[in-house]
Parts: sequence; structure tokens; C-alpha cells
Amino acid sequence: MAQTILTDQVSSNETSGTKHHPPFKVDKTIDKEANARIRQYPAEQKRSAVLPLLHIVQSKFGYISSDAIEWVATKLELEPIKVAEVVTFYPGLRQHAPGKYHIRICRTLSCAMGGSYELMDKICELAGIDRSQTSHHNPVAVSPCGTWSVEFAECLASCGTAPVCLVNNDFHEDLPAEKASELLESYK
Amino acid sequence: MPKITYIEGKEPHKLERRLIFRNVDRKGWNASLKKYVSEGGYESLAKSLQMAPEEVTQEVKDSGLRGRGGAGFPTGVKWGFIPPGNQKPVYLICNCDESEPGTFKDRYIVHQDPHQLIEGMVISCFAVGAKLAYIYIREEFPEAAEIVETAIKEAKKAGFLGKNICGSDFSCEFYVHRGAGAYICGEETGLIESLEGKRPYPRIKPPYFPAAMGLYMCPTIVNNVETLCHVKHIIEMGGKAYADIGTPRNTGTRILCVSGDVRKPGYYEIEVGKMTMGELLHGVCGGPLEGRTFKAVIPGGSSAKILRCSDTYNVSSPPGSEKREITFDDIPLDFDTMAACGSMAGSGGVIVMDDSRRMSWVLNNINEFYAHESCGQCTPCREGSTWMKKITDRLVAGKATPADLDTLESVAYQIDGRTICAFGEACSWPVEGMIDKFRDELLADTAEDHAAFSPNPEQKAQRRYLKEAGAPAGSS
Repeated sequence: MAQTILTDQVSSNETSGTKHHPPFKVDKTIDKEANARIRQYPAEQKRSAVLPLLHIVQSKFGYISSDAIEWVATKLELEPIKVAEVVTFYPGLRQHAPGKYHIRICRTLSCAMGGSYELMDKICELAGIDRSQTSHHNPVAVSPCGTWSVEFAECLASCGTAPVCLVNNDFHEDLPAEKASELLESYK
Repeated sequence: MPKITYIEGKEPHKLERRLIFRNVDRKGWNASLKKYVSEGGYESLAKSLQMAPEEVTQEVKDSGLRGRGGAGFPTGVKWGFIPPGNQKPVYLICNCDESEPGTFKDRYIVHQDPHQLIEGMVISCFAVGAKLAYIYIREEFPEAAEIVETAIKEAKKAGFLGKNICGSDFSCEFYVHRGAGAYICGEETGLIESLEGKRPYPRIKPPYFPAAMGLYMCPTIVNNVETLCHVKHIIEMGGKAYADIGTPRNTGTRILCVSGDVRKPGYYEIEVGKMTMGELLHGVCGGPLEGRTFKAVIPGGSSAKILRCSDTYNVSSPPGSEKREITFDDIPLDFDTMAACGSMAGSGGVIVMDDSRRMSWVLNNINEFYAHESCGQCTPCREGSTWMKKITDRLVAGKATPADLDTLESVAYQIDGRTICAFGEACSWPVEGMIDKFRDELLADTAEDHAAFSPNPEQKAQRRYLKEAGAPAGSS
């Protein structure tokens, strides 16, 4: 029973974006990178490296699968549930594949006043994304082609240049809805 | 190198006094160690290493520096809380989880001037006896994490960090630890839990004051990015000289981040208390947009209570003088007066709203933020923040009744002061402030026929999202 609950919690559903991300596989480079991160913390405090290791996984594979959770747990000598509870807490960690380009649009006050909801509308229209099935626990919507995905983010800390968004790791500011197509074009 | 966070050559406003932001957007400036050292960088570090650690702490106490992260607690006093005779390792954590809506100052320090932060941190580590420090950078600053890691490598190579710093017997290591998008990690005990690899549930104080029982249950000093940068300047000019900047009890400079309905939003570094709200909004920020007037201002990040621009405030200004009535425009921008006006200077995030904004929409946007970010540890906050959002969802959808406002107010006051960390206040103050100042306007939005009223296009858009998300119709 306990095992089933854990499996339900950590399983990742396939999305149209899955094909854009390599399946989880640990090679020497990743292992070396993980060991370097673990060494940042006192030897008896390996658990501190949970977030750094999860970041390595997400940046390489797009999301955190159950295999990845098992790997991080083994690496840090933890019960998998200790890793899973972290994955399920943080909005920045994903359990399902996003698109090739994941767009996070700030929806908090200054950006909303600057028009971030319209920006979201426009991007969804251009990328053919349907956000109707999103919810608090499932905030990401992926385009049918898998190239794009969108999500509302809470305050990206650039309120003076609202509205703003992140596309993967690239930050874009001063981005009214009229510039949405230009933004998407720049990634084609 | 970042392309987008530079507005190269953008001149500071003449009413600004730039200390921390001296290099931000400056022509010819870059984030490299070479540039930093060529302009006198790391000289304060060398100076501090000639002093005793207690002397460094004393300078910081003399400076009157108050934390720039939100609470405004005196930094030197915080450092003094490490138990005397402590035998455990001491840690220093730089809080770069900048996430209070309306605040965007640390972003520019870590992207454009990382060595200033590192220098301030090494001096602080020396003062408190920390040999290991972490810079907790929010996940949404991926570029900053790379820039700071590069800067750490550069500083180590040049002997400003690592073993035997500047030839002294003091050694110290820095590492970057990236967050994962949770606002609660800006709360210092939540941040510590996060750094320990757990869910960032804040710890209760007492007993868990970080200076005594922090990271790995060892004494830990958690300071904001801007605060740590100030330490460098305090050593450079001396604590007493630093205290001459600004006003008594509200010393130094601070960075104000202005956003919303003004002509020139942006970051402005001012002497604390030497500028008024009117000078900031009408002078520095160029006033309201064409054909608009200022309606309300949130002065210190979204958790600060809102102020009405048409009100007068009964305060002692300058502090210590007899109380008198001042207009909104005459409020001096310092910690104490802002508190006396019934709000707080907080993190310096000034969000401005003009007469085109409806307050129910504004409040709903804020409530959505806090409902999303509550960590869920304490019942009043977990249930209350989402309950408040449900009520304002109805308000925006034109489905709320006047009794809903009473419920909203009652829920807010039942969260306030009843939670482990200050998130309880952060999520309830905006509601309390808004109901206090704009009750009539919110009441008007409870009328049935108001559902059709939509002064802002974004309000319309948000309402549609509510409908898609299946917002409840009229029941709680």
C-alpha cells in the first residue's frame, strides 16, 4: 500500500512535450556534477544536496521522473519519500515534461497591471495552447506540437519592467502582448 | 554576461544618492573581478582583516544599519545574538530569494555587481566567525547563479576567498544554493530548512532563532543581499560616518523599487528619510500617466498595508517631534514614519495604483499570490489564505454579498498573529489594509449588477480565467 501511494505521487504522465526531452539516464558527467554539488555541504549533511541534484536532473531531462527521484535518494542515502516530498512542494520542480521551450509568465500585481494576462492569452493563441485543464497542482499546459508550454509564475522580481517572463533560462522583460509573436519567432 | 539587465549609461536621478547601486547601469562597468579591483574593490576587506572581528561588528552596530530584506531589524544586533562562548561552527547565509511582489533590487546587485556582495559577505563572515557561507539564490535567477559562481571562482583565485584570505589566517568558503520557486524560502527559518534539503516549513521562534539554532542547529546569520553590501561601505567609511547618511534611527541609503502606474518605474537609491513620497512619485518617477491621478500606494512590498493618496496622516515627522497632520505626499520615506502611518517600509517595493484600478481586482491578485505561496504548515494560514482568495474571486466575478466582506475581514484577523512565521501577517495585512481604506469601493463591487463593470482589460482577462478554473458562484 505504502509503495503504491509513493508510486502514484511520483509517476510522470507522458505529454506532447516528452519527445523533446531525453529519457532519464545517469552518465559519468552527471554523476561527477552531482558529486561536486554534494561536496558543497558538510560530509554528514548530504541531504542538503537534494535541491542541487534535482536541478541537475530537471535541467538535463526537462522534468523529474520517478527513476530520477530514486537516483537522488540513493545518491544521498535517503528514503525516496524524502526526495518526493521536496519535488511535490516546490513550484519550480516539475514531474511532467514541459514543451521544448517552457514559458513562465509573471502574473503578480505589477505584471498583471502591465498586461501579463493578455500576454498569456496571446501566447496561448499563437502556440495553440489550451489552458483549461490546468490547476494549482498541474499548472503547466503544453502545445499539441510539444514545442511550447506555458505556466503562470508568481513574482519574477522585475516589477519595474513589467510584464516579464522566463523562456527556459532566458529572461525577457517589457513584454506587452503585442510582442508575443516576436518572442516566439525568436525561438523558432 | 547578461544582456537584458543592463540599461547601460542610464544616469541616476539627481535626487538619488548611490552607494550600493553605484555601478548599476554605469557606462563601462562590468561584473568582472578585474573591473571591480581596478576601482578600489576588496580594499574594505583588507582593511577589515586588520581589525579584530568584534571591532567590525562594533562598526556595523555604530552604523545603525537595519536589515533591508523586510523586517528592518538592526544588523549589528542580530550578529550579537550568537551565544557567547559558542563552540559550534557558525554559518552565514545570504538571502537572495528576492520574491516579495514589488521588490526588484537584489536582482541588479547579483547580476551586475556580484563582487560587491562577495566582499560584504567575506567581511561579515570574518566578523561573525563563519568559515562557510551559502548564497541562497531563487530559482528564477538562473543567470545570476552562474554569474555569482563565476565571481566566487575569480575571488578564490585572487585570494579574496578560500584559504588565508589576503594573506591573513582567516579562511572562508562560499557556495551558491539555488531555490526552487517558493516564496516561503525568503523567510529565514524556511530558507534554512530548504538549505537542509527539506520542505521549507518555517521554524518557531523561540527557540529556533537562527543566530543560536540555525543551519544544522548551529549559529547562523541570515542577511539580505543589500544588507551585506552595506557592510562593505560601512567598513570603507566607518560606522559613525555611515550613520550620518540618512536620518537618526533610519541610517544609510536604501533602494526603492517603484512599479505600477507611474511614468518612470524603476530602482532609485535614496538617503533613508531624506526624500518624501511626493518627491519620489511626482519628481523622480515623473508623476502619474497621462490623464490619471494617483489613487493608492503599497509602500513596502505587497504584504505592506495599502495607503490612500488622498489621506492625511498624524505622525511625528521628523521622528521625535510633536505629532502633526501631514499629507500623503509629505510622508518621509523611512522605516519609522511608514510604520506610524499604519504600513511598513518593508523591502522597499513601492507599487503605485492610479484611478483606473479597481481595488477588488488588486486585492484578488494579491490574495492569489498568498494563497499560492502559503507553505501549508499552520492551519489558519493554509485555510485562511485560500478562503480569502475564494471570497475575492467572487468579488471580482460580481458574485459576492456584502456579508462576504465581513467574513473576509474576520478571516484576515484570525490569521494575523496566529502562525509560526510572519507569512500570516504578510497574507492578512493586505486584506486588513484594503478593507480599512477601501471598504466602500469593495462594497460597491458586491452589487449584482456590477458583474458587467470592467474598467481594466486585464480584469476582464482575469475574470475569464476564474470562470475556466470553475470559480464558485456565491457560496463559501
